[in-house]
Amino acid sequence: MSIQLSNVAKHFGRTTALEPLDLEIGDGELVGLLGPSGSGKTTLLRIIAGLERADSGTIRFGERDVTRVHVRDRRIGFVFQHYALFRHMSVFDNVAFGLTVLPRRERPSRGEIRARVQRLLEMVRLEAFADRYPAQLSGGQQQRVSLARALALKPDVLLLDEPFGALDAKVRQDLRRWLRRLHDELNFTSVFVTHDQEEALELSDRVVVMSDGRIEQIDAPETLYRRPANRFVFEFLGDVNRLEGDVRDGQFVCGAARLAVDLDDGREELLLRPHELRLAEAPSERAHMPVCVTAVSPVGAEVRVELEADWLAEPWLATVRHADFERLAIRRGQRLFVEPHRWHRFDGAAARRVTAGAS
Amino acid sequence: MHRIGDTPGTRRLLIGLAVLLAALFLLLPLVAIFAQAFAEGVTTFWANLSDEYTLAAIGLTLFVALLTIPVNLVFGVFLAWLVTRFAFPGRRLLQTLIDIPFAVSPVVAGLVYLLLYGRNGWIGGWLDSHDIQLMFAWPGIVMVTLFVTCPFVARELIPLMQAQGAREEEAAVTLGASGWTVFRRVTLPNIRWALLYGVILTNARAVGEFGAVSVVSGSIRGETNTLPLHVELLYQDYNTVGAFTAASLLALIALLTLAAKAGLEWRAARRETAA
Repeated sequence: MSIQLSNVAKHFGRTTALEPLDLEIGDGELVGLLGPSGSGKTTLLRIIAGLERADSGTIRFGERDVTRVHVRDRRIGFVFQHYALFRHMSVFDNVAFGLTVLPRRERPSRGEIRARVQRLLEMVRLEAFADRYPAQLSGGQQQRVSLARALALKPDVLLLDEPFGALDAKVRQDLRRWLRRLHDELNFTSVFVTHDQEEALELSDRVVVMSDGRIEQIDAPETLYRRPANRFVFEFLGDVNRLEGDVRDGQFVCGAARLAVDLDDGREELLLRPHELRLAEAPSERAHMPVCVTAVSPVGAEVRVELEADWLAEPWLATVRHADFERLAIRRGQRLFVEPHRWHRFDGAAARRVTAGAS
Repeated sequence: MHRIGDTPGTRRLLIGLAVLLAALFLLLPLVAIFAQAFAEGVTTFWANLSDEYTLAAIGLTLFVALLTIPVNLVFGVFLAWLVTRFAFPGRRLLQTLIDIPFAVSPVVAGLVYLLLYGRNGWIGGWLDSHDIQLMFAWPGIVMVTLFVTCPFVARELIPLMQAQGAREEEAAVTLGASGWTVFRRVTLPNIRWALLYGVILTNARAVGEFGAVSVVSGSIRGETNTLPLHVELLYQDYNTVGAFTAASLLALIALLTLAAKAGLEWRAARRETAA
C-alpha cells in the first residue's frame, strides 16, 4: 500500500513541529525517517499512524483518503520506541490482542487465533516464550514481541518509532538484518524513524532526512551519501572536517597550510570526510598541510587518527587503512602531511551543495 | 565497622524510645478502647451494640460509605484519566483543586455546604421552596462525605498513570481497540491495585469522618446520626461504656483497613521482585 502525504503541517502551541511537506512512499518500500531529535520525524510518523492529527494537508493510503480516519481503522501496525507491551499480559496475549478485539463477526475462532499467534511467534522465534510476561524478556525479545503484535492483523503499513534505539549494538545488528528479511518476505510498506544514520542507510530503500520540521532530502542511501543536497545532510551523514581560508590564484591558504584548488579568489570553507584524507610523510605538490598526530584508535576496519595543527581551529579525524597505518608507523606525536583527495563546498546562505573538488 | 552514632548504646536507646512512644501514643489508646468497651462484660457490650440507635448509626454510616465509594471511584478514575492523558489549559489548576478537600478543615467544608444548601442558603432556599431538604438529612451527610473523600482515588492514580504513560493505550488503539476496550483491558488492569488502595482509604475516611458531618447532620438520633457522631453523643450522655462500644467498632474498621492496606502493599512488593 503506497502512502502519500501532501501539504501536511503540524504545530504544537506556538512551536512548529512540521512545516508543510509532501512525501510519497511506494508500495512495498522500506523508508527511513532520519534526523536529529526535534526534527519532527516522530511527529511525522505519528501523523501517518493517526496518533497525531495534522493541522492541514491530506494523507492517502493507496487510493484511500485516511486524513480523517481514526487510528483504529487505518489498518496500520505501530511499533513503539520502548515497545509498549501490555505489561500485565503474557507474550501470547500481547500478540493475540489485536485479533481478540475485532468485532465479533470478524473475529476468528479461539482455535484460529491460537494457531495464528503460534505462527507469528514462530516467525519472531519466540514460540518457547508464549507464557512469559514482558518484564521477563530481554530488550531484543520484547522488540520482537511488539513486532509480532503489530503484524498480527496483517497491516497495510508498518510504522516503527526508533525500533532499535534501546538495544545494544550486537542485538541491533541482528534485528536490523532480520527486519529487512521479514520486510522482503511479507512485502508490507514500512516507515521507520531513527536518529542513527548508519541504521537508516543500511536498512532503507530510501531515506528521508529531516531537520527543524522540514524534509532536507529524499534519496536512496547511496545517492544521499554521494550527493548530499545541502550542508545539513552532508554533516549529518558522517564525520566532517572543516577548513576555512582564502583562495588566491588557485591556492587555498590557511595559515601554514596550502591546497591547490580551482576556485575563484575569496573566502571559502571546505568540508572533508575522514576517509578522503590521505596521510603522507612528505608534502605533495598540490597540498602542503602539516599536522601532528594526537590520538590513534586502531579498533575496527580502519584506523582512526586524530590530527592537530596550529592552522586548524578544531582537531581533524582521518581514517586510514591498517596497511597504510603500518607502513607509515603512525604513532602519537608524529608529524605528517595531509593530502585530501576530495573535498566539498556548500553555498553559505542557502547551504546548498555547490561543488565537490578532487586533488 | 560502625557508622557514626551507631553504637549499641545509642541504638538500644533509640529503639527503646520509639517502642515506648508507639506503645504510649498508638497502642495503649487502641487497647483502652476495647478495654473500655468490654469494661462491664460481654453482655453489656452486646446490649450496647444492639441498642436501637447504635444499630441505626451503623446502618447510616455503612449506607453513606456505600454511596460515597462508587461515586468517588468513578470520579477519581475520570479525574486521573483527564489529568494524565490530556493536555488542556487549566490542567495544573485542576490538579491543585483536587487537593482542596485535603487542605481545608472538614468543619469549614461542612459550614460552606450549610451556607449553600441550608434552608437559608443560596441554593438551599430555592430547593426548600421545592420541598427538597438536603441539610440535616442523609443527602447532606453523603454530600460532605463525598467532598471530604474525593481526592483519595485520584491521588493514588495520578502519579501511577503519569509514570506508566499512555503508550500501552496508544498501542491498544493502533491494534483496533475501542475506547472502552482500551480502558477495560489495558488501563484498568494496570491501575487496579492503586485503585483498590484508593477505595480502601476512601472507605476509611467515609466511615470515620466527624467534622464536616457533624455540621450538616443535626445529629438526630436514629435518623442522621453516624457512628462517629453517635460516639460523641453517648459520651456526652455519660454513657462511657456505650461510647467506647461504638468507638470499638470504628477502631475495628480501622484495623481491617490497615490489614487490607498492608496486604496490598505486600502484594505489590512481591510483584515487583517477581518482575
